[in-house]
Amino acid sequence: MPSLKELRGRIAGVKSTRKITSAMKMVAASKLRRAQLQAEASRPYAETMRKMMMELASTLEGLEGIPLPALLKGTGKDQIHLLVVMTSDRGLAGGFNATMVRAVRKRADELISQGKTVKILPIGAKGADILGRYYPGSMLATMRSIMGAAPSYDYASTVAAKITALLEEGQFDCCTLFRNRFVNAMTQIPEQIGLIPLPVGDNDNREKAGDVAPYGFEPDEETLLTRLLPRNLEVQLYAAMLESAAGEQGARMTAMDNASRNAGKAIDRLSLKYNRTRQANITNELIEIISGAEAV
Amino acid sequence: MTLRAEIVSPEKRHLEMDVDMVVVPGTEGDIAAMPGRAPLMLQLWGGIVTLYKDEQVVARLFVSGGFVDMSADRCIVLADSVRALKDLSPDDARQRLGELEAQWSHVGPEEYQAHDTLTMQIQAVRAELEAGEEFAKGELN
Repeated sequence: MPSLKELRGRIAGVKSTRKITSAMKMVAASKLRRAQLQAEASRPYAETMRKMMMELASTLEGLEGIPLPALLKGTGKDQIHLLVVMTSDRGLAGGFNATMVRAVRKRADELISQGKTVKILPIGAKGADILGRYYPGSMLATMRSIMGAAPSYDYASTVAAKITALLEEGQFDCCTLFRNRFVNAMTQIPEQIGLIPLPVGDNDNREKAGDVAPYGFEPDEETLLTRLLPRNLEVQLYAAMLESAAGEQGARMTAMDNASRNAGKAIDRLSLKYNRTRQANITNELIEIISGAEAV
Repeated sequence: MTLRAEIVSPEKRHLEMDVDMVVVPGTEGDIAAMPGRAPLMLQLWGGIVTLYKDEQVVARLFVSGGFVDMSADRCIVLADSVRALKDLSPDDARQRLGELEAQWSHVGPEEYQAHDTLTMQIQAVRAELEAGEEFAKGELN
């Protein structure tokens, strides 16, 4: 049975842990709010960009004889897959990084069993640490998940430039982005998004309004596409970074909330034990005194 | 009939209002979006986007490049970056222009992409310088 002193020490220890976890919860909650606002603010740009890309790509597909850029169509092969994985740089965020790693491993193992080569570009130190253990030969240099306080567009373009450079060097054929989708503070779902080749689905806008005049392009379709494509990659990465940052803060908030609650329960349990031990000690002493007095 | 104008950058939506006409600096010259126009997608370079309503200028913003999606009832400007005219600093722009021109002399004619990017950047800074100076003289009020 632990002594009273030991119990007092443990209660003090758990109390200070609770202080830290509840402070982290507060910080995560306020960061989450900011991250959500930022993610919302970036949405109109990304959506319009997506619509323009679809319109342009489907127009170009109708035209013959124009070679499509590699950023849109890939290299035409399907051998080397680059997986861009977004995780966080710091831990204590519940299952945020672990679920992402699980999703990536599933896909990577699937590709490897098909005889493909997998390369992983980790964005975020935590994912890099875990994935490095499973696929030591496939890892490219780790990039940080966020530069500075919040995701910035400039940093997203640095990452995009890196991916474009790898494509030009012929280091991969297809590129897929893995990021956590923020559903709410409790739930983040790992998702994969095809970056290269760009998935150009059926253009529903066009079907909806069949009688609208066809689009005009200035300077011309090809030039516009070569300029829109790199920007589209940047925008997609930026949107994913914002989403992932919001998810990370949400996951951390939930995890820290749980931890604070568990600490509270542990304190209650320990206090009960402490009081019982104290009571038992008093009873023991009383018995000793009484039996001593009787003996005299 | 009015036109819904939106100016957005990757960070946020800067402006959204109903107007009669939007004039944007296209790479092939200024172009106006008015209600009922045929859909057009175009590339922008550095310059001022002007919004008109009832034959009055209601807003002027500097954009450093980007794209525009025009249709019969909408005009969406996807700008690389957006700044109010009063925030432009001609001195700062002059300095950056000097730096870019120094870079320009190192780029060979065969480096198409670097050439292209740098040309766009120099144009945007020149436009910024011009717009900043005009605003300072009170010509754009």
